[in-house]
Amino acid sequence: MNSLKQITDGLFANNPVLVQLIGMCPTLATTTSLKNALGMGLSAAAVLVCSNVVISILRKIIPVKVRIACYIVIIAGFVTVVDLLMQAYLPELSVSLGMYIPLIVVNCIILARAEAFASKNGVIASFFDGVGMGLGFTFALCLLAFFRELIGCGTVYGIPVFGSGYEPVTVIVQTPGGFLCLGILIAAFKVVSDKIKGRKRS
Amino acid sequence: MSFVKIVSLSLSAILVENFIFVRFLGICPFLGVSKKTDTAVGMSLSVIFVMTVSSAATYIVNRFVLVPFDLGYMRTVAFILIIASLVQFVELFLMKSVPALFHALGIYLPLITTNCAVLGVALLNVKKELDFLGSVINGFMSGVGFAIAMIIFSSIREHLEESDHPKAFEGFPIALISASLLSLAFMGFQGLSIFN
Repeated sequence: MNSLKQITDGLFANNPVLVQLIGMCPTLATTTSLKNALGMGLSAAAVLVCSNVVISILRKIIPVKVRIACYIVIIAGFVTVVDLLMQAYLPELSVSLGMYIPLIVVNCIILARAEAFASKNGVIASFFDGVGMGLGFTFALCLLAFFRELIGCGTVYGIPVFGSGYEPVTVIVQTPGGFLCLGILIAAFKVVSDKIKGRKRS
Repeated sequence: MSFVKIVSLSLSAILVENFIFVRFLGICPFLGVSKKTDTAVGMSLSVIFVMTVSSAATYIVNRFVLVPFDLGYMRTVAFILIIASLVQFVELFLMKSVPALFHALGIYLPLITTNCAVLGVALLNVKKELDFLGSVINGFMSGVGFAIAMIIFSSIREHLEESDHPKAFEGFPIALISASLLSLAFMGFQGLSIFN
């Protein structure tokens, strides 16, 4: 499998959020604004790439029986690194993401890739798998956050776009809006990808 | 800790700050194992149990190891290790002494390690600066809140199977939209705060 295909696979065909439907907690919780979504997506992607590489290096040393615990320790180590770096260099983002940064440890995407890919494949393949899946996660988060921020606040990346006459639909940036938008987004993604598949076949 | 404070803490953990509908924690098992009510009940019971025990364990480690030795930055690693080993321990213990419960919980126990609600409640206890009793009560009641959300949602989902909805929304999307309506209902509790 070449590396480019791995990346597009993670971005579209096998998108962790929109197709595999994993990693829902951060997806719903941090997509209230584009800035938060980008921060969350990129930090999870960084952890994913690092943990994939390390796990694939150590895949022959880690005993099978305790592998999950080993994976979790490796992941937790990288999450702590990201957490501390963010507190030092991006304190604002660190405050607004709050406890969702330490919760990257239990993000199913990272553990799922460790178990399904990095523990069976070489270092380079695992690296690109991490990049693809990480970008796919970031892409899904940003897409969802773009719509939620646009409708719920009337802004894009903090910049007002609708003028002063627009009354923001605040419920969209609150909890119910998260579920609602994600449901619609997944349905739309399914329709579009089915159409593309149908066209390829015919 | 006074009785009034306990009631207020419980109420806020169950309804006002419901883990699933307000805090977005534990969504994976919430969506993953809520297709049938029996499995939802099994999962909820294991979550309540593990959350209560891990709240106690993480409080002790945080209070007597991490804080005195100034190891706050190791909190994430320490907590997840405690939870993972605790889940394993609980599994072994139940297998030996309460096999009936062990079989009822089945595969849900190991899955709990990666349930972000469990790590979430441990981190929240630290953030809220609760004492030992408070942490345990918060853990237990948050688990109860999780269970309530889970059981309500699973019974709705059983009905969804037979309902008529657009083809694109089949399965997961329609479940998310029902969850959205449910969380809209839970938003009504937000004004509810006593004796703060």
